Amino acid sequence: MTAAAIPATQDRSRLRRDLARAGRRRRLLAIGLIAPLFLFLLFSFIIPIGDMLRRAVVDSEIAETWPHAAAMLRQWDRRKDPDEAMFAVLGRDIEASAKAHTVATAARRLNYAIDGGRSLVMDTGRALRKLDAEPPSWREALVAANPAWGDKKTWIALAEASGPLTDFYLLTAVDLERDSANRIVHRPAQQSLYIEVLARTVLISVTVTVLCLLLGFPLAYYVASAPPDRAGLLMILVLLPLWTSLLVRTVAWIVLLQDQGIVNQMLMAVGLIDAPLRLIFNRTGVVIAMTHVLLPFMILPIIATMRSIPPTYVRAAISLGAHPAVAFWKVYLPQTLPGVAAGTLLVFIMALGYYVTPTLVGGPKDQMLAYFIAFYTTQSSNWGLAAALGVLLLVATAILYFAYSRLAGLNQVRLG
Amino acid sequence: MPDGSRLNAISPLADEPRDAGRHADAGAVRFEGVEKTYDGETLVVHDLDLDIAAGEFLTLLGPSGSGKTTTLMMLAGFEVPTRGTISVGGRDITRVPPHKRGIGMVFQNYALFPHMSVAENLAFPLGVRGIGKPERKSRVTNALEMVRMEDFGARMPGQLSGGQQQRVALARALIFEPTLVLMDEPLGALDKQLREHMQYEIKDLHRRLGVTVIYVTHDQTEALTMSDRVAVFNHGRVQQVAPPRDIYERPQTAFVAQFIGENNRITAKIEKLAGAQAIAVTRSGQRILCEPAAEAKAGEDVLVSIRPEALSVASPGTGGENALPATVSNVIYHGDHIRLTVAAGSGEEFVVKAPTRQAEHATIGTNVEIVWNARDARALPI
Repeated sequence: MTAAAIPATQDRSRLRRDLARAGRRRRLLAIGLIAPLFLFLLFSFIIPIGDMLRRAVVDSEIAETWPHAAAMLRQWDRRKDPDEAMFAVLGRDIEASAKAHTVATAARRLNYAIDGGRSLVMDTGRALRKLDAEPPSWREALVAANPAWGDKKTWIALAEASGPLTDFYLLTAVDLERDSANRIVHRPAQQSLYIEVLARTVLISVTVTVLCLLLGFPLAYYVASAPPDRAGLLMILVLLPLWTSLLVRTVAWIVLLQDQGIVNQMLMAVGLIDAPLRLIFNRTGVVIAMTHVLLPFMILPIIATMRSIPPTYVRAAISLGAHPAVAFWKVYLPQTLPGVAAGTLLVFIMALGYYVTPTLVGGPKDQMLAYFIAFYTTQSSNWGLAAALGVLLLVATAILYFAYSRLAGLNQVRLG
Repeated sequence: MPDGSRLNAISPLADEPRDAGRHADAGAVRFEGVEKTYDGETLVVHDLDLDIAAGEFLTLLGPSGSGKTTTLMMLAGFEVPTRGTISVGGRDITRVPPHKRGIGMVFQNYALFPHMSVAENLAFPLGVRGIGKPERKSRVTNALEMVRMEDFGARMPGQLSGGQQQRVALARALIFEPTLVLMDEPLGALDKQLREHMQYEIKDLHRRLGVTVIYVTHDQTEALTMSDRVAVFNHGRVQQVAPPRDIYERPQTAFVAQFIGENNRITAKIEKLAGAQAIAVTRSGQRILCEPAAEAKAGEDVLVSIRPEALSVASPGTGGENALPATVSNVIYHGDHIRLTVAAGSGEEFVVKAPTRQAEHATIGTNVEIVWNARDARALPI
């Protein structure tokens, strides 16, 4: 034993070489096994998220459409009024973009920054396209096309939008903006929207999470302590909703909860109500449908945790003189917390990003943040704002996650 | 000294049993006609009558499914008998809920609450009894001292070894000073050496505290070394209740003889009863002088059971109460003893466990005579 433990020097270096070789093979195998997942995550998750974060701060539309003007505006000392040279650079850029039919991109971008920005640019583009030669005064030509060019505020807004980076979208996502003196101020109330939407998103998610916990915990306890055959049947009932399309389940709630739906007809038949209750296309419908859809994600981790708790703990507590209720509260319940923590976290984070269900069964006042992200992505092509709202959701989720994991103890969270 | 501070009164090394000042029968247990069925068809426990004296160490021994654990659970209150009554200290507790029985219990997997420290685990039974903080603290200290775990109060159960966890579980079952403690295979999860050590510690605690202990195990060695009496269970029936020595040397049924220790079994028919002894005839016509169990009658088929160490190997022609010519067919050396397999002329095979020095001359093929005393051959009803 001792003789084998102290080999000669050359043996020792050989041993080390062999060990390194054996370790290398194992490492390569490990990398080979992880690589497919890693590449998949890279292309389906990390790169798209990175791109989204980039879009929230990148401001390239003006800079690409009017490159010379954008470069010039970045150098501009905003205390001075724009001079003829600046009008000339901008005018030539607008003329060029109008002839290349790219002016609409810049028009859309300027429209986010100032009211009537689109028509301002489109008017100017139409006017300048007709030019055959350089006008004697670009200033007069532009102001003739649209008098807004004579206003310094227009120029400041244009300078703000000429990139390459901007905080415009991120500020908008939290209802802030820059005023003409470049200070960050609150947006006027009628233009503020997203903080309220964020608060609503969190409120709906918390409500749904609490309801899922209240409904899910007793059911999980029953399933975990039921005999195997009955537990199997109950598990199928728990999983059945997961195997059904989300869309089908959501539409089914519309059928059930509408004014002429089964629930209202039953309540009226029993005589509890005279007129149908408004159960769908409002907050009630959103909460009911989301609770139903997310319930399995609460139940499954709790069942998994409960199943790992041997029944002897409660028996031991009772044998030590604790009333069964006390034994449950002081001995059983604390041991289910990892599952409860995992379930609430899972449900809450999934609820934060919910889109389909609130869109289908909610009213206009029940739309969550994801709806606005989808709106700006698919309908108004405002990718910058969509990305900024995505960042807002991501940051809110991260903050809530860390607050929660601090509260529950991160090692307490056990998924599955 | 009030009853409630009993543990404080004894030092960890005190030798005196400490039930002075308490009702003498406080820990006595009586099962009367107890039956238990789960499905309404088969009885897990048959008509059980069992009296356990206060301060006794009784072991319920049997294979799994023999009803020993169900019996323990009925006493603890986690199972309700379908018939019969159970009383502790003269009080009928058949319908008393388990948390009001005041019976200490130690579980096989220790069942220490994983989210509480060792001290919190020990304080738990005191807390639910409404005992104030200062007294709780001093009793926890004493209990830790009792199991020699003074420095471990702040540890979590997960940070303790199996043996340490078992000590804490013991202390927790004793800290509220029950008169009766139940142990459900408490050493089942420990390795052999630790198990033997803990057997000694449990025995020592029992002797010092004078509580009644009812101990469930399927390990016969454990049952023999620890108990005052052993109750052997099979198929829901008590086969025999007796001190370890009687269980091993004077089994009453074939099951007991077979379940505990090794034995050589010969099927025979009792020819004649003569006082405490009997003559049995084997199938090959060999007459054996043996001692019948209480129930054996003349003309009955019996199983004659002889322990391997009760047989000895002698040179042919030695003779004695019982002697059988045989040939050695196998020899296994075990250090302190030698295990011989011998084939008797009648066709039966015997295992002989002989001290190494006595059996040195026996090699494979040697002709020998195996001899034994009549009182070592038990004739048991089949």
